[in-house]
Amino acid sequence: MTDISSTTLLHDKVVAAGLIKSYGSVRAVRSLDLELIRGTTVALLGPNGAGKTTTIDMIIGLTKPDAGMVSIFGRTPAEAVKAGMIGAMTQTGQLIDYLSVRELVTMIARIYPTPLDVDEALTISGAISFADRQTRKLSGGETQRVRFAMALVADAELLVLDEPTVALDVEGRRDFWHAMRAFAARGKTVVFATHYLEEADAYADRIILMSHGRIVADGAPTEIKATVGGRILRATLPGVALPELQALNGVTSVDRKGDAVTLICSDSDATLRGLLTTYPFIRDIEVRGAGLEEAFLELTLDDEATE
Amino acid sequence: MIELTYLRYEVLRTWRNRRFMIFSLIFPLILFLAIAGPHKNLKIENVPFPLYYMTGMIAWGSMVAVISSGARIAAERSVGWTRQLRVTPLPTWSYFNAKIFCGYMMAILSIAVLIAAGTSVGVRLDAEQWLVMVGLLLVGLIPFAVIGIMFGHLFKIDSLGPAIGGVTSLFALLGGSYGPLVTGGPLLKVVKVLPSYWLVQAGKTALRGGGWPLEAWVVIAAWTLVSSVLAVRVYRQDTMKD
Repeated sequence: MTDISSTTLLHDKVVAAGLIKSYGSVRAVRSLDLELIRGTTVALLGPNGAGKTTTIDMIIGLTKPDAGMVSIFGRTPAEAVKAGMIGAMTQTGQLIDYLSVRELVTMIARIYPTPLDVDEALTISGAISFADRQTRKLSGGETQRVRFAMALVADAELLVLDEPTVALDVEGRRDFWHAMRAFAARGKTVVFATHYLEEADAYADRIILMSHGRIVADGAPTEIKATVGGRILRATLPGVALPELQALNGVTSVDRKGDAVTLICSDSDATLRGLLTTYPFIRDIEVRGAGLEEAFLELTLDDEATE
Repeated sequence: MIELTYLRYEVLRTWRNRRFMIFSLIFPLILFLAIAGPHKNLKIENVPFPLYYMTGMIAWGSMVAVISSGARIAAERSVGWTRQLRVTPLPTWSYFNAKIFCGYMMAILSIAVLIAAGTSVGVRLDAEQWLVMVGLLLVGLIPFAVIGIMFGHLFKIDSLGPAIGGVTSLFALLGGSYGPLVTGGPLLKVVKVLPSYWLVQAGKTALRGGGWPLEAWVVIAAWTLVSSVLAVRVYRQDTMKD
């Protein structure tokens, strides 16, 4: 966090430092630091209750942190909101009624200093085909597209999307992410929260993995995989205690179901050599690359175990 | 500029909400025609009964209009719209002002409808008297507009209906909307501290000439001040929950 003192750099990034937020006895976010460089697309990935929404709400100024600070391109969240630098799609939210889709998006556009052309925002978000319909006559997926259009039309420097594809079907999701990429390509900074691993993997430059209010991993999708070794070894191995396996070279974590053991390895080659030497009776060995799914589960479960 | 833009769409939305509009206009009108109509020549507190009752129904109807408009914030809160607005550059004050403006728009419609009805059963005032009456009514509605904003942050939608109905009926009843509740004694002093009492008196005051006594201005100012302080507190508490 030494960069905080440097104003020139501060203007080119979104910084959160030492963020803490509790709701009663629930510690939603515990001491979180992050830096988002202008122009990048970052995924906040984690299971429900990881603190993603609380983090996002603190970044955009909807929630006041108990401690810590947020700087959005050198401004406080309130200043950034006032200057129209934030376009946001919050997690929940319906539309107000007695307006057509186009009227609603136009209304939002006029609140911002330098909005996108309304029809352009409607086109990117895929809401143009029902732009003249009344807001209360929309399906869940259509509502979500309109909410996306409302976030886009701001043409803000920072676009924040909290689980934006929740109400969308497969096709809708694909369209959504294409649209998001088109927008990000204009040099915008995008942060999105998701618990869909494939979305974070496919659409973010960088993944920040959260669990229990903390960041447990932060890096490019490939780095996230590397962090946990990237190999899963399964085998049938009766009568061997888990601590013994844990002690083998290259093992990061172990699990057992009956005689079947699962080892997550940082160096599966070393582990395999060790296994064959020490336990010649081992059989049904199967080694494969760990996807983000496993990386995700391992990191978050690991964290849970140390609670 | 932003303010006017948002206002324009809020007015449009209020205008399109026909059901709300018709129902808020129709009840005071029906009550007025049913009760004042057959008693055209009656006098009450030296005021022709139709004038008294017209002002009473205006007070009630316009009070409901301005409170309901602010209280619609509760509905927009419940669907997450106010949170959405809080990440846009729209100042909170502009949002409130738009609600108050739309409430006044409805109140003026209600006033117009009842004045038309009043005229049809023989209420006669000269132009200046009409102006004084309407002017006093608009000023007297200020605390109720603020109470509406407060209700919007205080209640959830399911409790909002009874809250508005109950509070406005009580204000109307005690203020003398349905007929003077008390005409003398210590109780009169009590009802005189209600802003609704002075709303109902607006017709009588205009007929007599001049304006409200100082007491009325103090009551309206005090209610405006107190309800504003409470509204700010309720708003803070409500948004602090995040």
